[in-house]
Amino acid sequence: MDRPIRVLVAKPGLDGHDRGAKVIARALRDAGMEVIYTGLRQTPQQIVNAAIQEDVDVVALSILSGAHNTLLPKVVDLLKGEGADDILVIGGGVIPEDDIPFLKESGIAEVFTPGTPTTVTIDYIKNNVKRK
Amino acid sequence: MNLSERLLNGDKRAAARLISMVENKDPKAFEVLKKLYPKSGNAYVIGITGPPGAGKSTLTDKLAKALRNKGKKIGIIAVDPTSPFTGGSILGDRVRMSDLNTDPEVFIRSMGTRGHLGGLSEATQGAIKVLDIYGMDYIFIETVGVGQSEVDIVKTCDTTVMVMVPGLGDDIQAIKAGIMEIGDVFAVNKADRDGAKRTAREIDMMLDFNKADWRPPVELVVAIENKGIEELLQHIEEHKKYLRETGEFEARRIKNSKFEIIDLVQQKMMSVLLDKSNKEDMIDTLSKDVAMRNTDPYTASENVFKKVKMD
Repeated sequence: MDRPIRVLVAKPGLDGHDRGAKVIARALRDAGMEVIYTGLRQTPQQIVNAAIQEDVDVVALSILSGAHNTLLPKVVDLLKGEGADDILVIGGGVIPEDDIPFLKESGIAEVFTPGTPTTVTIDYIKNNVKRK
Repeated sequence: MNLSERLLNGDKRAAARLISMVENKDPKAFEVLKKLYPKSGNAYVIGITGPPGAGKSTLTDKLAKALRNKGKKIGIIAVDPTSPFTGGSILGDRVRMSDLNTDPEVFIRSMGTRGHLGGLSEATQGAIKVLDIYGMDYIFIETVGVGQSEVDIVKTCDTTVMVMVPGLGDDIQAIKAGIMEIGDVFAVNKADRDGAKRTAREIDMMLDFNKADWRPPVELVVAIENKGIEELLQHIEEHKKYLRETGEFEARRIKNSKFEIIDLVQQKMMSVLLDKSNKEDMIDTLSKDVAMRNTDPYTASENVFKKVKMD
């Protein structure tokens, strides 16, 4: 691919901690990607609107509030509703192991929990972007 | 339905995809723009420029909201710098525009400069056309945070708003050539801070020496508190009226079109020049010779130019 991968890094829900999201944003930037960061406390609808307008390849959702089982699938559903299911959706943050199978069933392609080296996330994105 | 039909029908995804294609220099995008070009030119283009952290995004957000209250459709193109080392970028202007995100009559697009100097990206002009054809009434172009000489914005828009903040330097900064010359309207943001009035006065004094018919107004604003926004918008509308009444509007658009043609020719020439298969090898070889003092850069560039002309 001779164009930069575009990634929306978003924080759905009400937690106010975006250190992790910023670290990921910076790591993706250093891997040559264009990272659109939208800030804290976004609704799934806001995230999806931004993803559509920015024509991103990937939506990376960081969530620490515990509301992942509600908010993450909602983003996937809204994207589908817009016919944008060619966008890769991944998640990260404080997410219990037990919840991961449900999230994957709901269309979250991969979940990265605390301690994951940023290189793992970068490689995953590079290998799994759906659009050419 | 093809992309151009979808764009004309107001399909958001089509607009978004076309902008990406322009950014990636996909020839198909330019075919669409060639065909639809006659339908562009209706949107009024407002440039927002100023140093990093001056509050350009916040101000754009407030101006856009004020125009939304008047029922206008708004496009926003926000440019942030691309890393010259990795090609990556953090595009963070949307952080200040969260509320606009759910408004269906607002389209916001972030762009990296992708190596282009001058405060915009190469694709900005194309993106403006896409949003113009898409039906936006006003299009805001927010530049990267500028220093002293990034003046591309003035070649791109109808009204340029220069956003300043107090405390950036003395009155000598205000009389230097470059960005201080390009504002049609000046906003001194963060006007609740010390020194704001003084900054406004210094800009005012500098503007007193202007010989042009249009005297740029200087407005004190506190964008984050929505103070001075209506006044600023009023100045923009007055400038728009001035351009229309004096015929300056057409003159500017002709001048801007000339800049655009020259820019596009330059881009084409650069792509010929940096074509890996031939000239770049030649340049690489010459670079070594120049560094070793076997030849000089003037002769080397003449040789490259001759070769380009022969093709």
